Order: sequence, then structure tokens, then C-alpha cells
Amino acid sequence: MGKVLMKGNEAIGEAAIRAGCLNYFAYPITPQSEIAEYLSRRMPEVGGMFLQGESEVAVSYMIFGATACGSRAFTTSSSPGISLMSEGISYMAAAQCPAVIVNIMRGGPGLGGILPAQADYFQATKGGGHGDYRLIVLAPASIQEAVEMVMTAFPLAEKYRNPVMILGDGMIGQMMEPVEFPDHLKTEPLNNDKWATSGMDTRKSDKNNIIKTLFLESKPLEDLNIFLKAKFDRIRREEVRYESYNTDSDYKTLIVSYGTMSRVCRTVVDNLKEEGIEVGMIRPRTLFPFPGKAIRQAAEKDTCKNVLSVEMSMGQMVEDVQLCVQGKRPVRWYGRCGGDIPTPEEIIDVIKSL
Amino acid sequence: MGKTFKKPEALSDKHTHYCPGCTHGIIHRLVAEVIDELGVRGRTVGIAPVGCAVLAHNYFTFDFQESAHGRSPAMATGIKRVRPDLIVFTYQGDGDLASIGIGEIIHSANRGEKFTTIFVNNTVYGMTGGQMAPTTMPNQHTSTSPYGRDVKNTGMPLKMAELLSALETPAYIARETVLKPKYVVKAKKAIKKAFTYQVENKCFSFVEIVSTCPVNWGLTPLESLKWAEDNLLPYYKLGEYKIPE
Repeated sequence: MGKVLMKGNEAIGEAAIRAGCLNYFAYPITPQSEIAEYLSRRMPEVGGMFLQGESEVAVSYMIFGATACGSRAFTTSSSPGISLMSEGISYMAAAQCPAVIVNIMRGGPGLGGILPAQADYFQATKGGGHGDYRLIVLAPASIQEAVEMVMTAFPLAEKYRNPVMILGDGMIGQMMEPVEFPDHLKTEPLNNDKWATSGMDTRKSDKNNIIKTLFLESKPLEDLNIFLKAKFDRIRREEVRYESYNTDSDYKTLIVSYGTMSRVCRTVVDNLKEEGIEVGMIRPRTLFPFPGKAIRQAAEKDTCKNVLSVEMSMGQMVEDVQLCVQGKRPVRWYGRCGGDIPTPEEIIDVIKSL
Repeated sequence: MGKTFKKPEALSDKHTHYCPGCTHGIIHRLVAEVIDELGVRGRTVGIAPVGCAVLAHNYFTFDFQESAHGRSPAMATGIKRVRPDLIVFTYQGDGDLASIGIGEIIHSANRGEKFTTIFVNNTVYGMTGGQMAPTTMPNQHTSTSPYGRDVKNTGMPLKMAELLSALETPAYIARETVLKPKYVVKAKKAIKKAFTYQVENKCFSFVEIVSTCPVNWGLTPLESLKWAEDNLLPYYKLGEYKIPE
């Protein structure tokens, strides 16, 4: 299949089908409702299932039930909807269910707005729901990358038995770009006979499987958390993904930026290069695990004098950048929110003033 | 002479955690008997609620999932939509189903989800220590209505079987009890009907069981049975409320 011009939201829906996920539950919310609209038409064509739940809370338990019984399932929403799903996400993390959740972020807090934002970084990477858990968080910067991340999210979730979140923003959902659906990313679900409540007959077993998250005694609950931590540590070691841009140069400033914001920063790097000013950039493609080591090494380069985290938020990722740079270079933040995306000119002014 | 009475295969050997005089044990057994009789144990998934029955998975010998408070019907929907061949039931109490989870149960019933709900109504939150529930009777004393439920402030007890029967979508809805052996026989019949409708892929099915909570009511098991018969059955009337066409 060649390239097609598609809206981000529709491409995300199609990518899930191409990945081999034919079960989709969702509740409408701007700016991602086109995913549900697209899949409500498309799922019947491919023998798949779409159900519009009565709320985001209910939807999170629909994908909990579906993934717990061993089927691939996913949902999509936007910021306030993800807050409502966070209860179910905590349960799925505890029960180790490989659900895939797409968050096409809009501005907050509260109802916020419907324009693009990156204000859910904390929610996605630090919890959102209650308890000690982590999501694997993938941050696409283009529609092509969103497609590939959706397609890799299912096997990744199954490999670790952990929910995966695709953290896009309203721009990724709403804009159109040429996109190609790679055939080689289509995968079969892993065998889950050991844990899934798929019905004993299905797996030809006399042993019943139980999906539970309640541990009334301290030891089993601590044991679960120790097990989960070991899993998250393994994810930290093995699943870090990022892109370096112009880091071979003798840059004075290192930008850290992800998603739509990183595309503006790429223009900043190019424009400043023409002026003879070198700027490097690290673009995290995974927000958890965070590419802290790569950022620290890039910041420690002799020529590098400062680090700038550019975000469509009031400064969230900057805290992780500060943590990994460990005070070895000054770390600044620049960002806007409400839906206005910082322009290259604004960012260039900030860099020149550092 | 062969064996005439035995423990259902669907029931495990675990010792119960339920309090003395609690009716959960009877209801568990009825569900297990029905699952045995229908021969569906190998493709059944039960859903445990939040409440006393959160540990129900200990007592059955088929697949089980624990849900969050009130969310079992959404979870059952998720399973049933992706695996229509499975037999799925939720087992919920009155705080779980009639309070925090009322949205999930109404919408599942209204969509005609093909699963079964066993709704155990004992008029209080059992596990958290006997707080007032939406089904608590007027003037009934609980740990959060120490002067008796004031219906002027808290409304009248919710009648879930009647409420769900008002939906246009076809369903099987019944209310029974296990307060006396004669009622147990009828409750078993209703539970079997409910699961049979599911096996036939016919409709959503719902059986409310009027039950007791001796410990939180502050009564002995025998007093509880009598109190429930005198006070609950006149309000929560038994019978079949809705039968699919």
C-alpha cells in the first residue's frame, strides 16, 4: 500500500486495525472524536467491534474486561476523559492488562479548551490514577509516527503485560499528512493462557485463572509492587526511544522537546544554524521510560552551556530534564498553553537571551 | 443407591470468610448449581464486585475477575462484546450496584448486554461496616444513619428490579429471596432462567436477591431472617418483573 493523505485521528484508528486490534470502546470527546466516527464505520467492514460506552469511566472497565479475558482492545480519549479513565487505568496496571490508550491532549485544567496542549505529561508519566504504577508512554511527532506507535503499542503492551499510552496532542489528531501503513508491523497476540480469564475450555485447562487487584495482607501487596517495579526498571533499561537532532554540532544550547512542539523546535535549530548559531535537540519518543541518560550526556558536552525544555504546558517535562541533568548545566523552560503553540521566533528569542 | 446430594463442581473447597448467618453462601451455591446443570463451567467468567463478595473468586472453580466499585457491568460488557461465547455474570451488592454503579447497570441493561447480574440486596454496605445504602429502609438504623434513615433527606429506597424493568429493551428481571427454604427453591429457578436466557443469547438477565446482614443489622441470624421477611418483603416484592418476548 502506498502513501495516503489522512487526518491524524483517522490514521490512528486505521493503525489499530492494521495492528490486529479489532476491539474498540470509546466515548466522544473533542479533539479525538473522529477516531470513534472512523472506527464506527470501519470496524464492521473488517469484522471488528466498536461500542460507544456510556462514559469514559465505563469504557476504561470495558477495555479492562476485554483485555483481562485475553483479547486485544483499545480506547481513545482526550485529557478530561483520561482523568475519568484513570481509575480503570490504575486497575489495569495492577492487574497487568495489556490495554492500549490513546490520549489526544487538549488544554486544561478543568474543561480547559479543545486546542492542542501537552498539559497531561505529569498525568501520563507519573500516575494519573492511584498507586505505584507506570504506563509505557509513546509520544508521536507526526501522523506517520503515530501510526507506527499505535501498531507497536499492542505487542509492547503484551510483552510487558502493561498498559501503553500514546500521548499525542490535538494537532496530531486534527492535521492531515501523507501516511503509509507498514505491513510488517501487523502482529499476532502473545499466548496468554497462563493468566487470561479466557474460559478454561478455550485454553483446554482445568485450572481457573483469576484477575485480581485486592491484596488485604501487606506481604502479597508488597510482593506485587516489587514485581511491578522490577518490570518498570526493565522497561527503563530496554525501551528508551528518542531522536537526536544536530547533536554532532558544537551546540551551546540543548533543546529537549517532544511531539508537535519538537517540530517547531526543529525549525528553530535549522533557522539558527543559518545564522551560525548551533543548537542541539533531543526529542523523547518515549516519555516513560524517559531518555534521561541521552539528555544528560548531550548536556554534558563541553560546548553546551544550557538546556531548554520547550513544551506546550507551563513546565512539566522540565522537571524530568532537571532530574537527569543533575545540576550540571542550568535547565530552563519555555512554553505556552491554552492552545497557542510557541512560534520559532519566540523560541529563538528565548535561546538568544539565555 | 447412588449419590443424591453433592457439592457442585463449580464450588471450591475454601472456607468461607462470610459472617455467621450471611446469605451469600446460599446464593453462591445456587449459582454454582446452575452453572453445573447448564454445563458451562469451562466457559464461564464471574465478576466479583467491591463489597463482601469481592472474595467470591475464592469459592468458585472457574475464571474470575475482580472489578472496581460499581463497574462490574462495564467489565462484563467488555468481556461479552469481545467473547460472546463466554458465559459472564456479575455478582453485586446494593452499594455497588444501586449507588456508585447505577449508571453502569442501567446502560448495560438498556443495551441488552447478554450477561447475567446477581444483585444481592441486604440494605447496607456490608464490608465497610454497615453504612446506609440506597436500598436502606425508612427509619432503618445503620452506622451512617444512626437516628434511622430519614427519607426526607435521603429519598426512598431504590427498587432496582422495578427501575430496570421500566426500560424498553427486552430483559429478564426478577426479585427473589433466600430467607426460607421455599424461597430458595424459587430463587434457584430464577437464577437458572437468567443464565439460560444468556446461554440462548437472548437478553440481559437480572435477579435481585433480598438478603440479610445479621452482623451489621445487630441481629442474630434467625432474627435477621424474621426482620427481613417482616420489613423488606412488603417493600421489595418478590416475583418476575420482566420476561423477554
